Amino acid sequence: MDIPESGGIAVAARPERERPAVPPAAAPYDDGIVRLFFAATVLWALVGLLVGVIIALQLAWWPANLNSPYTTFGRLRPLHTNAVIFAFTGNIIFTGIYYSMQRLLKTRMFSDVLSRIHFWGWQAVIVGAAVTLPLGLTQSKEYAELIWPLDLLITAVWVIFAVNFFGTIARRKVGHIYVAIWFYISFVITIAVLHIVNSLALPATLARSYPVFAGMTDGLVQWWYGHNAVGFFLTTPLLGLMYYFLPRAAERPVYSYRLSIIHFWALVFLYIWAGPHHLLYSALPDWAQTLGMVFSVMLLAPSWGGMLNGLLTLRGAWDRVRTDPILKFMVVAVSFYGMSTFEGPMMSIRAVNGLAHFTNWVVGHVHSGALGWVGMISFGTLYWLAPRLWDRPLAKPGWATTHFWLATAGIVLYTVSMWAAGLMEGLMWRAVDDAGQLKYPNFTEIVMQLEPFYWLRVLGGAMYLVGAIMMTVNFVLTVRAARRERVAVAAAAA
Amino acid sequence: MSNDEKQHREHWHRRLLEGRAALFTVLTTVVISIGGIAEIVPMFSVRAGPQPLEGVTPYTPLEVAGRDIYIREGCYLCHSQMVRPMRAELLRYGEWTRAGELVYDRPFLLGSRRIGPDLQRVGGKYPDAWHYEHMRDPRSTSPGSIMPPYAFLLEWRIDPEDVAASVRALNRLGVPYEDTSLEAIRSSIDAQAATIVRNLAGANIETEPDREIVALIAYLQRLGRDGRAALEGTAEQDRRALEAQDAISAADSPARSQDVVAARTGERAEEES
Repeated sequence: MDIPESGGIAVAARPERERPAVPPAAAPYDDGIVRLFFAATVLWALVGLLVGVIIALQLAWWPANLNSPYTTFGRLRPLHTNAVIFAFTGNIIFTGIYYSMQRLLKTRMFSDVLSRIHFWGWQAVIVGAAVTLPLGLTQSKEYAELIWPLDLLITAVWVIFAVNFFGTIARRKVGHIYVAIWFYISFVITIAVLHIVNSLALPATLARSYPVFAGMTDGLVQWWYGHNAVGFFLTTPLLGLMYYFLPRAAERPVYSYRLSIIHFWALVFLYIWAGPHHLLYSALPDWAQTLGMVFSVMLLAPSWGGMLNGLLTLRGAWDRVRTDPILKFMVVAVSFYGMSTFEGPMMSIRAVNGLAHFTNWVVGHVHSGALGWVGMISFGTLYWLAPRLWDRPLAKPGWATTHFWLATAGIVLYTVSMWAAGLMEGLMWRAVDDAGQLKYPNFTEIVMQLEPFYWLRVLGGAMYLVGAIMMTVNFVLTVRAARRERVAVAAAAA
Repeated sequence: MSNDEKQHREHWHRRLLEGRAALFTVLTTVVISIGGIAEIVPMFSVRAGPQPLEGVTPYTPLEVAGRDIYIREGCYLCHSQMVRPMRAELLRYGEWTRAGELVYDRPFLLGSRRIGPDLQRVGGKYPDAWHYEHMRDPRSTSPGSIMPPYAFLLEWRIDPEDVAASVRALNRLGVPYEDTSLEAIRSSIDAQAATIVRNLAGANIETEPDREIVALIAYLQRLGRDGRAALEGTAEQDRRALEAQDAISAADSPARSQDVVAARTGERAEEES
């Protein structure tokens, strides 16, 4: 079956306007930039996951804090979250965007120079984060911890990326803009808005600043940002990747164009409202809490619209899921997307949130999304891209399947242990005896009960990390084989 | 062109929207802006937004220094500062947190996880020496704790000029400080630190007034105190009201803040009649 570059949605030539002819480049598309972002993705995935396993260990066994100010849980947790969100996920998003948008729009990127500035600028932000966070330089807002000079650098890099991105769209050679690009557009715009508003602060020193918002207003702005970092950094751009790479991998057109329109607009409209579900039962005004809860529950519909469109794209190709590790990764990713977008709205219901909030349940929920959805769709994309970017089959195809099972088992161990731990601590915190007194007045007693679950989580996380290491070795072998082949060909020609 | 393509092209939105990048982008921007504007803007209005609670005053310079240390060490990643209006939390921590108590909190530090207990009402709960020992070796005061030791806070020093920079920035943002001169800030720090050093000396702990641990203790001992003074005794009332409500609903369900208010109003009406 012949699949067009658009991933199956027919591409019509633009009728209304003539496009200016583009001077021919050496290659029609810039894949060098894709290879750069690909390599950065793999590198930062290892770093982010490794730090995750270390801080998981610190909760199970406190001496792992290493008795140094620079390696305590309080300083390394932001390093972990920033590394997995902005370094690992950020780089896979850019890998996917630079690869797919050139092909979907049938044009090279607007500017190769801007592409490189974007790449090195983004890596500079990440290195800045890796240096400042262990030093304790932080603004304390979750996923927006970086100090104000780095915030300015992010803004500059983002503007460069946006110019390159919209410039490429402007010089496209197809009229219609494919679904994946819609999701990319919402990503570029919304992250800019969120980052700027939530980072509004007055510097006191080079490394310290205070936000212009105070108290509950600051909290509301932060969770409007925080929840939509999930929505527009960890969801919409990756849905864009799903809409391009899943149909390519499955060799099937996307199930429903109409469904993608409906769920796109509903998703981007509803997501923004959901932030206050992070502040239920807090001192935030009740009207805002209720809005957050109601919109979170509604969010289930467009989320599942995306999941269904992904899964139904596989109609007629399910037999290949049995043998193709890339499809395995993608199917499990979309399934975890569906599961965590069911769990999320449920946890936003006030009564459920009263039990779940502040507990490990939330951590389990986050990781079913991060390890299950983000991680697995990223791995699937990387495995699909590697042979195409280096023009060489994967060195160890069997390892990809082993990676898949390690990662899946790791996620299950992780989420199940955190659910159990979360329910247990939530119930113990609130347990009251017949005399109306707390059953477990000593908080540490409850903490001590969680140790076995923390160890299970370390094990699950370590399995996930080992899988990622196998993937890295696989890619290194593939690239080296490709290089050897090139040398051999050159020698034969000479 | 296949039938499939023809069918797609006939849809109006395909021509008007999905073919026009600029319009599509503008529309996306509008759609993602509505929710944020609707929720955030009213927070600045007098009717819908939080109002300061009576008696709540800004953090002193030493407490600002302590709060900066609390932020630097990521304490908020394991300790929340938000007591919820639920029966068990009123029992465990005291009065539930009001928005009016947090008006000088920049940044807010509600937290999102309770790996350790909530700290919003920790001020005055333990003597200064307890905090000193707890930071030096958490397991000496809380056997079984998984908190890392923070013994380096006993050695590291605060710099009054650095504290002054923070106080001045907060002042420019509208936090009322009468005198932000270095001398005034220095003398405020010295006076408050001297008290804590004296308290520690009373427990046979010798330390210098410029150590970070002193600033952190000042901050921790301040937490939730203004609010508690304003809300004195309401936790007990809230708890009884919630218990009465529980008896009616025969369920140990947590209550929303407005439920607490409703329950208490009912109770007051009963007392009055």
